[in-house]
Amino acid sequence: MQPHKTLDITADYCPITFVKTKLALEEMKPGEILEVFLANAEAVQNVPRSVRSDGHVVHLLEKLDNGIYRLLIEKKGGEEIDPD
Amino acid sequence: MTLTEEQIHRYARHIVLPEIGGKGQEKLLAAKVLLVGAGGLGSPVALYLAGAGVGTLGIMDGDTVSLSNLQRQIIHTTNDIGRLKVDSAKDTIKQINPDVQVITYPEYASVENILKIMAAYDVVIDCCDNFATRYLVNDAAVLLQKPFIYGSVMRFDGQAAFFYPPQGPCYRCLFPEAPPPGAVPTCQEAGIMGVLPGLIGMVQATEAIKFILGVGDLLLGRLLVYDALAMEFMHIQVGRNPECAICGDHPTITALHADNYPQLPCLTE
Repeated sequence: MQPHKTLDITADYCPITFVKTKLALEEMKPGEILEVFLANAEAVQNVPRSVRSDGHVVHLLEKLDNGIYRLLIEKKGGEEIDPD
Repeated sequence: MTLTEEQIHRYARHIVLPEIGGKGQEKLLAAKVLLVGAGGLGSPVALYLAGAGVGTLGIMDGDTVSLSNLQRQIIHTTNDIGRLKVDSAKDTIKQINPDVQVITYPEYASVENILKIMAAYDVVIDCCDNFATRYLVNDAAVLLQKPFIYGSVMRFDGQAAFFYPPQGPCYRCLFPEAPPPGAVPTCQEAGIMGVLPGLIGMVQATEAIKFILGVGDLLLGRLLVYDALAMEFMHIQVGRNPECAICGDHPTITALHADNYPQLPCLTE
């Protein structure tokens, strides 16, 4: 799954982590993939949950060798039926 | 317009709301709101719109701060006594939020100035304390097709509405003419519970923000009536009057004439 955009919020803390993720998703088209790098445990809990409650899909959450976490989020609306 | 790092932090509590988001916050930052009055109603309206990040606030008031104002005009402090209210308000607003551009008009609304001043703004908020000004600002807003957020307070009672004909009434649809001079006392004579304009001002600021964002249901065609002693809120449905002198199908008021607004406050000296 190739990301369309990457967001590095390893330096940020909650709730700014979700705020920045949300702002990045706002700029994307439905169905596009956002790759997010997070550093702290709290964000790893909160961001996927908040993103899902906004209707987006979390495709992947993995911990990398350097202790950083990687998330792949699909912007909602990607599977909506084409009105035409 | 992208939000800066500081703005992302400042407006974080707005941005996470689905109804607002970064896009909504950008709308607020791009918005221009005119407050006619920097007193009891203008104070809470200005404070909260500043916090919300409304990008441009125009504040119109010819008055200076006096001691009896401080019971309710919460944007001003004891140190501001004697200063122009618009200057005092601007200082507080800039301290709350340097993002906000504040344009001050240290004058009272008149037939000469109101159209020119109002033209640049998206929304007008009625924070005045006398009928002549309210009718003048309503009429100007109708002529310029600007939404006009009404608020009025006295003793323990308050009212608010969102006037934006033809989608709803204007002020004259409800009250076609001013009461005769002396029929309704001023706050000075009648008194006013200090907290009252705080609540009505909040309703006005809320409606302004909702309008800018395009969310929620506005007080369009609904007059909110508040009785603070009973702690009761009532809505009265009011429609646009097709015979209204200014927003009706055949208006008789098509321009601003000073004769229509007797007893407008003016600067002395």
